[in-house]
Amino acid sequence: MSPRRPPASKDGRPAAAKSPLILIVDDFADNREMYTQFLEFSGFRVAEAQNGHEALAQAFQLTPDLIVMDLSLPGLDGWEATRRLKADDRTRGIPIIALTGHALAGHSKGAMDAGCDAFIIKPCLPERLMEEIKSMLKG
Amino acid sequence: MKQHAALRTTARRRANVDASDRLKLSEALLGSDDLATCAQRSLDWLGRTVGVARAVCLVGSADHVTVLRPVASLGVRGGRVDSFVLDLEAHNDPLVAATVGLGASVFGRNGRVAPTTPLQSGRLIAVPLQGRQTLEEYPVGLLLIASADAEIEAQARWVASLLGPRLTALRTHQRREANERRILRERTLLYNIINAVTDPILLTDTEGRITVANARAEALLSAGEDESEGRRRAIALNNMLFSSALTRRAIEGAEPWRHELLLVDPVDGSDLLFELLSTVTVDPREGTGIVSILRNVTDLRRATQEIEENYRKLRLAEADARAERDRLDLIIDSVADPILVTDSNANIVMMNAPAERLFTADPDAGAEARRTVQANDAHFSSFVSNLFFEPGAMRRGGAIGLVDPRTGAPLPVEAISGKIVSEHGEVTAIVTILHDRTQELEREHLYEQLKRASSELEQKVREATAELTRQNELLRRSHFEIEQASAAKSQFLANMSHEFRTPLNAILGYTSMLLKGVTGELTPHQRRNLERVDSNAHHLLAIINDILDISRIEAGKMPLTVTKFELKDLVAEVLAEVEPIISRSRLAVTSQLESDMPPLKTDRQKVKQIVINFLTNAIKFTPQGSVEVRTHFVPERDQIAIAVADTGIGVSTEDRERIFEDFRQADNSPTREYTGAGLGLAICRRLAGMLDGNITLESEVGRGSTFVLFLPREVRRA
Repeated sequence: MSPRRPPASKDGRPAAAKSPLILIVDDFADNREMYTQFLEFSGFRVAEAQNGHEALAQAFQLTPDLIVMDLSLPGLDGWEATRRLKADDRTRGIPIIALTGHALAGHSKGAMDAGCDAFIIKPCLPERLMEEIKSMLKG
Repeated sequence: MKQHAALRTTARRRANVDASDRLKLSEALLGSDDLATCAQRSLDWLGRTVGVARAVCLVGSADHVTVLRPVASLGVRGGRVDSFVLDLEAHNDPLVAATVGLGASVFGRNGRVAPTTPLQSGRLIAVPLQGRQTLEEYPVGLLLIASADAEIEAQARWVASLLGPRLTALRTHQRREANERRILRERTLLYNIINAVTDPILLTDTEGRITVANARAEALLSAGEDESEGRRRAIALNNMLFSSALTRRAIEGAEPWRHELLLVDPVDGSDLLFELLSTVTVDPREGTGIVSILRNVTDLRRATQEIEENYRKLRLAEADARAERDRLDLIIDSVADPILVTDSNANIVMMNAPAERLFTADPDAGAEARRTVQANDAHFSSFVSNLFFEPGAMRRGGAIGLVDPRTGAPLPVEAISGKIVSEHGEVTAIVTILHDRTQELEREHLYEQLKRASSELEQKVREATAELTRQNELLRRSHFEIEQASAAKSQFLANMSHEFRTPLNAILGYTSMLLKGVTGELTPHQRRNLERVDSNAHHLLAIINDILDISRIEAGKMPLTVTKFELKDLVAEVLAEVEPIISRSRLAVTSQLESDMPPLKTDRQKVKQIVINFLTNAIKFTPQGSVEVRTHFVPERDQIAIAVADTGIGVSTEDRERIFEDFRQADNSPTREYTGAGLGLAICRRLAGMLDGNITLESEVGRGSTFVLFLPREVRRA
C-alpha cells in the first residue's frame, strides 16, 4: 500500500524535502493517521505502512530516517519486520521505535532482542512520540 | 495167807538146816540196798548151803515190771545169761506161767519138760519172787535153779520168801525215788516255765494267801528283808490291792473272771495296769485255790488311750471334714455352672445341683427327659474318657452339645476337665466344670452382628471416603480449571487492556491534538468539553492500568526487581513526585524519618508505588489538616515500617477490611464524593504480600487514618 499522502516533495514544498522522513507502521488506521497528522503538522515528512510486508517495502524503497513500528501486525509482525530491517544493510542504520498496546513483560524484551532502538507503550500522546523521535534523531 | 502158812511149814520142816545160815542170809540181804547184790547173795547162799550148782535170778526193772532180766547168776557164764529176757506178756511161755503162778514149778519131774534157759538144764526149779503183800500185779522176779531136788526146792522156796519181799521193797523204793526225781524235775521245769512267763502268775488259797508265785509276781507282791522302805510300802500296797480284788472275786461267782487291777511298780513307782484273770481250781487234796494271771495292759491302756485320743481327733477331724465338705458342697451347689467329679472309669461320683439337673432324671420324669439325660451322660463320658486316654495332658477343654432335660432346648457348654492325680501318679479322678455358652454364643452372635454392622459402616465410610476423594479430585480438577480460568482471565485482561489501549490511544491522541490547536482554534466551550473528554480518557487509562497490574500479579507475571536502596531517598523521591498534588491540596505534608535506618533490599519500584498510593489517598481523603510520612525500624521483627498518617475523614471499623478489596471504596455508591477505581489499596496489599510484607490500618472516623507498610529488611524471594 502506498502512502495515502504523497511525500512533501511531491507537494512542491522544497523546505519539506529536507525534513526527516518518518515511516509510521500501524494496522489501526486512526492511530496511524493521528500520528501522521501530528508529525506532518510538526514539520516531519511521513510515510505510512499498515502491515509488516508494506513496512519492509516502504523502508527499502524510501529509506526513512526513522521508523515507528507497532509490534502487533497482521501477516508479518513488527518483531519479524524489525529483524529483517536490521538484517539488511540498506535499512540497518534506521532507528526503530517499537510501539505497542501490550504492557505485559516480554514485549519490550522481545522488541529489544529484535533490534528496536526504543520502546513505547500505548497510549502514547502524539507530542510524547514526537519528543522521542526528536531525541532519537538527535542521538 | 495160805501161801505164808505153807512157807512157815516148810521152814519148820527144814529146821535141820542151820538156823545160823539162815540168819546170815537175812543179814546179808538187809545189808544191801541194791537189788542185784541181794539177788547174788541169795544165789551164793544157795550154792554154799544146799549145793546148788547153777542158778539165775531174773528181776523186772522199776520201769518195766513185765520184762524180767537176769541180775545175778551162779555157775553160768555171764554172756549167756545177759541175753536172756523173760517177757511176762508172753502168756504161752511155761516160764511165764511158772512166774505168775503160785508157788514153785519144778520141770524135769513128773513128765514136765524144762523150757530153754541159760542154765541149759533138763531139770529146773522156777520160784517166783513176790512181795509180802501182793500189791504188785506182777512178781518182782524169778529164781531159776538147775535142779529138781525136793530139798533144794524147799530151800529155794524159803530163800524166795525172803528175797521176794526184799526185792519188792527195794524196787518200790527205787521206783519212788525215780518218781520223786521226775516230779522234782517236772516241778522245776514248771517253775521255770512259770517264771519265764513275763506276766505275774499266782496261786492263792481261799483266804487269799499266796501259795505259789512266779518271779514276776514275787517282784510285785513279796518283799525280801533287804528291800528298801519305799519298795516294801509299794509291795504292801500291791498286796492289799490284789487281796481286795481277789476277795471281791471270792464273793462273786466261780466263773473265770477278768478284772482290771492297778498296781505300783516297786522299782520305779510307776502305775502298772494289769488285767487280772482268775480261775478257781479245785483240788481234792490241796483244796480250793485261785489261779491268777496278771496281764500287764499298761502299754495296752496307753495304746488304748492313744487310740481313743486319736479316735476323738479323728472324730473331730471328721466333723471338720464333714463341715468343710458341707460348706464345699454348698459352694459347689451354689456355683451356677455344673461341676462333676468322675472316677477312673468315667463314672460320675459326685456332682453339684446344676449338674444333677443335666445328668439325672426324676423317676417320674418322662421318657424323653430320661433319654436326654442318657445322651448327655454319653456325650460327657466320651469327653472325659478322651482325657483319660491322653497320658500327658492334665487338662482338656472343649465344647459339648448337651440338651436341657427340662426344656429340651439345646445347651451348648464349654467343658474344662482337670485330672486329679494321686501321689503315685495315678489318675484318681477328673473334675469337670461345664460353662453354659448360650449367652456367650448369643453375645458372639451379637458381636458378629455388631461386627457386620461395623464393617458395613466401615464400607460406607470407605465409600464416603472414596466419594470424598472423588469430590476432592473433582475439586482439584475444578481448582485446576479455575486456575486455568484465572490464567485465562489474566490473559484475557491483558488482551483486553491492549484492546482498550488501542482506541484509547486514538481518543487521547486526537483530544490532545485538538486541545493543542492542531486543527485550529477552539471556542472556550469546545475547549472545556474537550478537557472533560481528555480527563475521563485519562481516568479510564488509570483504571485499565490498575486492572492490568492486578491481573499481572495474579497471573504471577509481575516481575520482582530487587535492589538495595536507602528508604529516605525513596521518600524524598515520592514527595517530589506528588508535589503538584500536595501544592494543590494546601495541606501540611511532612516527613519524620528515623536516623540510622538500615538499607532495604527489595523491589524499589513497588515500595514506591505503595507509598505513593498511601500518600495520594491521604491527601485525597484529608479535607484539611496535615499528612505525615514516618519511617522506623522494628528490630525484634527485623522489619522496617513506613507509615502515612493523616487527619482526614477516617475509615469506620466495618469498612477497614472492605477498602482493601478490589474495586472498593468506603463509599461505593454511584454518587460518591471521591473518584478512583478503588483498586489502589487492593493492589498495595498484593504488592506488600509479594514483598513478604503487610499493611495495617489504624483509623478513627473524623480524626484521621494511619496506613503502615511493614516490610522485611530483605525480601526473601528472588
